[in-house]
Amino acid sequence: MTAQTISAEQVKAAIEAAVPGCRVEILQNGSPSAQHSLVLDHKHATEIARFLRDDVELRLDYCSNVTGVDWLDTEVSEKVKTKKLVDGVETEVEEVKKTTVPGRLEAVYHLFSMEKKHGPVIVLLRTGNRTDDVRVPSLTPVWRSAEFQEREVFDLYGIVFEGHPDLRRILMWDEFADHPMRKDYVPPADDDEPLHAATGERER
Amino acid sequence: MEQDETEALKAELRKHGILTTTFEELYNWGRKNSVWPLTFGLACCAIEMIATTMARYDLARFGAEVFRASPRQADLIIVSGTVTKKMAPQVVRLYNQMPEPKYVIAMGACAISGGPFRDGYNVLKGIDRYIPVDVHIPGCPPRPEALIDAFMTLQKKISEQQLTGEGRPRHLYAELPSEFKVPDYGEHGLEPTENAEVWNPLKVIQG
Repeated sequence: MTAQTISAEQVKAAIEAAVPGCRVEILQNGSPSAQHSLVLDHKHATEIARFLRDDVELRLDYCSNVTGVDWLDTEVSEKVKTKKLVDGVETEVEEVKKTTVPGRLEAVYHLFSMEKKHGPVIVLLRTGNRTDDVRVPSLTPVWRSAEFQEREVFDLYGIVFEGHPDLRRILMWDEFADHPMRKDYVPPADDDEPLHAATGERER
Repeated sequence: MEQDETEALKAELRKHGILTTTFEELYNWGRKNSVWPLTFGLACCAIEMIATTMARYDLARFGAEVFRASPRQADLIIVSGTVTKKMAPQVVRLYNQMPEPKYVIAMGACAISGGPFRDGYNVLKGIDRYIPVDVHIPGCPPRPEALIDAFMTLQKKISEQQLTGEGRPRHLYAELPSEFKVPDYGEHGLEPTENAEVWNPLKVIQG
């Protein structure tokens, strides 16, 4: 028996009815899979997660996967039509307006229900930016299976999960300073070329 | 010339039922036929290494079936698989804990160069950066026959080692090291990135 899908709109409506004051946004997925995700606000995330797990209709008791996504700062250019006076005549001129969309990090959770045999419901948490505002609430207190995977996201993407019981690096060593899965990560190129035996410097 | 005469004399004596040998020959014959590898595997190459030891390929034919669980009792370390930067210090430490004379086989593309994962952020670009490797085997993974071939190459190397004289192997020079520096975990990778005493890559000479 394959898992039944449940629509994101349905889940969103259920959340909004159960958790007053929360902000849930649906992020459309344009691909044929059409697995839309729900962007949760930090303040209510734990409460929403607990509702998703315990609600008799939803019973999303199994968090199968946690992963990270890195969005760099992007420049969006759009053409704007404005009216300008050219040689004393008012004409319509196209101008290119460039805006910078700040980058962010995302933690994505895939939820299923063992009991109801439905899923996945995809839940998403966003950080403020990629540098100093990288905190999101941890969902490990709700789904214990998220513990190691949140540690992995912390290790490789640098998202800090508040409320995680044991947030340490899991793959890289503790002294390591970088986050290798970030898009702007540059691996040390210096170990690719030999040291010169006499001078101890890099050749080439 | 002198060598040829000695060999001819030995062959002649053997016809009369007299077996002659040298201490060096006897000693190396014993060593090469009882090389005990370390029970140590890193990735998919280790599965091929295990297959090599089992009945179908039967590494026991070469006297190397006794895989020892302690580096103190092992003569050979088969680096079978991808060496991550996190694992590399432990590999060097295991090598350092083995008693002399000790040998290293780097098995597979990853162990000799990083292989398909060379550009990965956590993959060491060849274990020969930190410890001296006796035999390199290419392949991804190498078949058991390739490992047996490498093992026979190592046996040949052992049987040709001199016990005295200028050309004797490293472990018979008292002043040469038998342990090598264990790399440290740095902020961006391993420090140092290689041991210049050990690593002698081929160089392109321009001009």
